[in-house]
Order: sequence, then structure tokens, then C-alpha cells
Amino acid sequence: MKLQSMIWKELWQRPTPMLTSLLAVTLGVTALVAIQNITVFSERKIAGDMESLGANVLVLPPSVTLQDYYSADMHGHTMPEEFVTRLALARMPGVENLAPKLCVEASVDTIPVTLTGILPRSEFQEKAAWQGLSMLTNAVGSDRGCCATKADVGVDDDPNSLATTRTIQELGERDLILGRDVAAQLGSGVGDTLTLFDEEFEVITVLPETGTIDDGRIFAHLHSVQDLSSAGPVVNVIEIMACCEDAAGGLITNLSAELPDTRIITIAQVVETQVAVNGLMSRLSWGFFSILLLVGGASIASVMYANVTERRKEIGTLMALGASRNFVTRMFLGKATLLGLAGGLGGFVVGSIVAAVLGPQLLGVEVQPMPMLLGVGMATATVVAVAASFLPARRAAGLDPCLVFNDA
Amino acid sequence: MYDLNSVTKTYVRRGHTVTALDDTNLEIPDNDFVAIIGPSGSGKTTLLSVLGGMLAPTSGNVFIDGESLYDLSIEERTALRSTKIGFVFQSFNLIPWLTACENVQIPLMLSGQSAERQRSRALEMLDRVGLADRTDHHPSELSQGQQQRVALARTLANDPQVILADEPTGNLDSETREQVMTYLNEFHRDGRTIIMVTHDAGTAAFAKRTIRLVSGVAKSIVSPEAA
Repeated sequence: MKLQSMIWKELWQRPTPMLTSLLAVTLGVTALVAIQNITVFSERKIAGDMESLGANVLVLPPSVTLQDYYSADMHGHTMPEEFVTRLALARMPGVENLAPKLCVEASVDTIPVTLTGILPRSEFQEKAAWQGLSMLTNAVGSDRGCCATKADVGVDDDPNSLATTRTIQELGERDLILGRDVAAQLGSGVGDTLTLFDEEFEVITVLPETGTIDDGRIFAHLHSVQDLSSAGPVVNVIEIMACCEDAAGGLITNLSAELPDTRIITIAQVVETQVAVNGLMSRLSWGFFSILLLVGGASIASVMYANVTERRKEIGTLMALGASRNFVTRMFLGKATLLGLAGGLGGFVVGSIVAAVLGPQLLGVEVQPMPMLLGVGMATATVVAVAASFLPARRAAGLDPCLVFNDA
Repeated sequence: MYDLNSVTKTYVRRGHTVTALDDTNLEIPDNDFVAIIGPSGSGKTTLLSVLGGMLAPTSGNVFIDGESLYDLSIEERTALRSTKIGFVFQSFNLIPWLTACENVQIPLMLSGQSAERQRSRALEMLDRVGLADRTDHHPSELSQGQQQRVALARTLANDPQVILADEPTGNLDSETREQVMTYLNEFHRDGRTIIMVTHDAGTAAFAKRTIRLVSGVAKSIVSPEAA
């Protein structure tokens, strides 16, 4: 028999109060693991999305409040399409490409869909040619000082380029591009004909999965969407693919000067907002963690004190038989360590499961367990449990062994 | 074995000083069998605690094998208790969530014996007290007499020189009492010193000599018939 086996056997003799304490510790670690897990994977997803997005500046109507970058074109507010032409002709340094969008609600065979009007690059080239600027290699802006981005290196005639570069070279007035999810929902593929606003459109491609809101959208020529929805020559948003930080830095001032009645948002701001939200979640998770661990620690301390009182005679007997104060202290702290480790492990497992279930449901984020949180959870829970048990253990070690005698 | 020189132990209770042992002198040689009797509050348990190295006297000296017990550190006294002194309690004081065998293993574990040695020695001791078939039983599954025999086996585990018994038959019926005292006599015959506190004259009669404590003073020493 060893100290460890004594601790283990004793633990199972009085399981209820210990399990209650364990639950509090486990909940603390669960909260931390679940929220941290979701937060970290959410940040990674945002980073990945931004990486694949290409666009890094948004021009929005002034009244729009930006809550979510991806739904920034679903606010119902509009601005004149003429702004696009002004930007194209301004040829600002750093502007690599423009992607105006107009989103309207539509239906295909009674299935509601979001129809997004986009303007192909060929339209800008026509405008540039009409303005006598065709000698320039870049049809939209000046490439002075620009570095290569996905927006300018991947554009070709392939309509699938929309998925990665936010732009497309050619798009006919009765052509449609389907997002992956909406294609699956409608059961449509390349070459199929779909009816929108009583007009027939031909599906020219189905985009590869992007993991963004675009997967659920149908894309058509901007002017077709404007005409059929009777929206007029307006857009909801102009996405700007600015090529590098230096250009984008000065670009905001130029854009604001060119389009004073708009709201200019950079991806940096969007990311900062999202990162701030994630930071808040992260701090909240530490807050929950701390509060629940304090509750757990108080519970453990209370249970340990009760345990010492309950086991006075038992402890006295052990001391009479030769148990040192150090042995008695280790007996209680060993028990606390076991509770902390179990609480940390349990919290990690439950928290990881909660994150894996809630991550996709709440935020659309696939979450994997993070081994680092196992270490953090177990270490913190153990420290709290041991700290909470320290005074009860000292009290136990200080018991008078004479209490084992009959008269004591 | 034991030599107590002018040992006094006083307590302060609610502002009043209570004298439990009053200038007691006592010599207990090796292989003695002493019964300590006296009325409640006469200092019997205090004397046993002092002899067990668990209660320092207010004044005086306690020597064990020529060594001043209370000049040792707490850790040294604990170690000495683990190797030299065995205890028998009135209410047995078995750990309820350990089996008979594991209860006997406790002193062996505390003195750092290996798990194998602990088990083999515990089984040997339980066999000696006639409980070889009850090794895996918990105390609640044993009779009072069997529980006290497990406690006796636990006392013997580290082969102590001296056994301090606090009312060892107080919770037992007459038949079981006889059985337990027979074992204590047997341990005495093995060469151990037995110091036993008891209220019962019949139990005291098993001892070689009896010390009567009155108000903390070993006032009268009678010589009962040895069992």
C-alpha cells in the first residue's frame, strides 16, 4: 500500500462532496477551453478568409453600420453606380481592381435566393478605352508602387476566378454563376437554365467552395440585376482590391476625397473589429474561468475542512501509528492534486466537445481540440485545488494525536 | 524501558489550571506488564499520551531506553512511535475504508516497507490473531472481537518493544475480552512491555502489577495476582 492508493481509496469513500467540488472546477476549465477554442479557430478562419479575399477596402453608403464584412452588401442601402466610374477614371495609386455589387432578394422555382450583381473587368476596360486610357496596362488604377496580390495575378477568363479574386473577366447579361451551396440546394449545374425575375439565365459555372457567404449566392451581371429588380443604376458596396499597404495607406485619403458621401472601410478596420470581439471573448473566457475556479476552490476548501473534521480520529490514529505531519499534509494535498488534474482533464474534454459542437453551429467555424489548453486547464485547476486545500491540510497536520484515546 | 522523573502535566481550562499528572515518578522496566487504573479524570489517558510521545509534560523528564523522549524533535518522536511503540485503542480505530490486511499494513507503510513486505507481514500477523480468512474484509464486516484482533495485528506489525493499550477490552463482551487479553499476555511473553489503562479489575488482573492513579499521582501500587 502506498500514499497514492490510500488517497484513491479514501476519495471513493466520500464521493459526493468531492464530485460537487470537481464539477465546479471542471466547469471553470470547460468555459475556458470552449471559448478559447472557438475564439482561436474563429481568428484563424478570419485570417484565412481575409487571405483568400483579395479585397481590402470597402466603399459603402454612409449610413451603413458595418457588422460583418461578408454581409456588408446586404444592408439594403445603395449608392450610385456612377461612383464606380469615378473611381475607375481617377486611376488612384494602389487601386488594383474594383468589384461593385448589388444584392437583391429573388427566387428560383419558389426557392428564395440572394442574387448578387457584379461587374466584369471587361466593363472597366471598355470605360478606360472610351476615355482614351487603353495604353495603360492597368485598366482600373495606377500600378505605381504595387506588389502582386491575388487580385492581379490570378485573373483570367475562367469564371471560377470570382471565388478567389472577387473579379471576373467576362460575364454575359444572361449568364449566372452559382455558389457551391446554392447550386446544391437548387440541384443545378453548368449548362442548366434558371428563371429569375421571369427571365431565363444560363449557369456558366459553379464556384468551388469558399467557406464564405458567397457559397450561398447567385451571381449575375450587375446591369441585369439592376434592370430586373428595378433598383436602377445603384450598388450596395464597392470592393476595392488595393495592392499593398503603402498604396492602401494613402489610398484611403484619396478615396475619401473622391467620394466624400461614402464610408470607406479598410480590411484592417474589419479585422481589428473582429479581433477586438475575439479579444473580448477571450477575456470573458478568462473571467468565467477565474470566477468558476474561485467557486471551485472555495468549494474544495469547504469540503476539505469538513473532511478534516470528519476524519479527526482517523488522522489521529495515523499519527499515533507513526504518520508524520508531512505525511498527513501530503495526504490532503495529494487528494487536491488528483481533483485538480481530474477537473482539468474533464474540463478540457467537455470544453473541446462543446467547442466542436457549438463552433460550427454558432460561428460556422470548424474547431479542433487544442492540446495547449489541456496543459493550461490542468495546471491552473491543480494550482487552485492545492491552494484551496493548503490550510485544511495544515489543520489536519496540526491535529493533536492524543484525540485517539478514549477520554480525549 | 521507561523512566518518568517528576513528570507534571497541567492544562488550562476556562481560566482554571487542571493538574492531570502531579510530580509523578514511575519506572517501567523492559518486559513489564502494567495495568494503570484509577477513576475518570485521574490522569490515566494523559499518562498514556505522555508515554506515547504525543503529549509533552509541563515539567519533568520522560526517558525511554535512556533517551529523553521530549528532547527529540516531533519528527524523531514520530519515527520512534512508528518503530518502538504500538497502540491498542478501546474503539479499535481501524480505518473503515481499508480492508483488514490494509489496516495492518499502515504502520509498515509509514515505516517505509515495500508493498510486498507490507502484505506478507500483514498476512502473517492476521494469521497469528486467527484472522487469516478475513484479510479482505472491511471493519464493518467484522465482529467487535475480530476488529480488536485486527487492531492487535496492526499493533504487532512493526514488532514494537512496547504496547500502550487504552481500555483494550472496554467495548468487548466477556468472552472476547478473555481472548484479547490472552493475546496481550502472549505478546508479553514474547518479551514486549505492555502498559494498559483499564477500569476493569478483571482485565487489570492479567497484568504483572497495577498502578493506581489518583488525581494525577501514582499514589498506591498494589500487586495483584499475575494472570
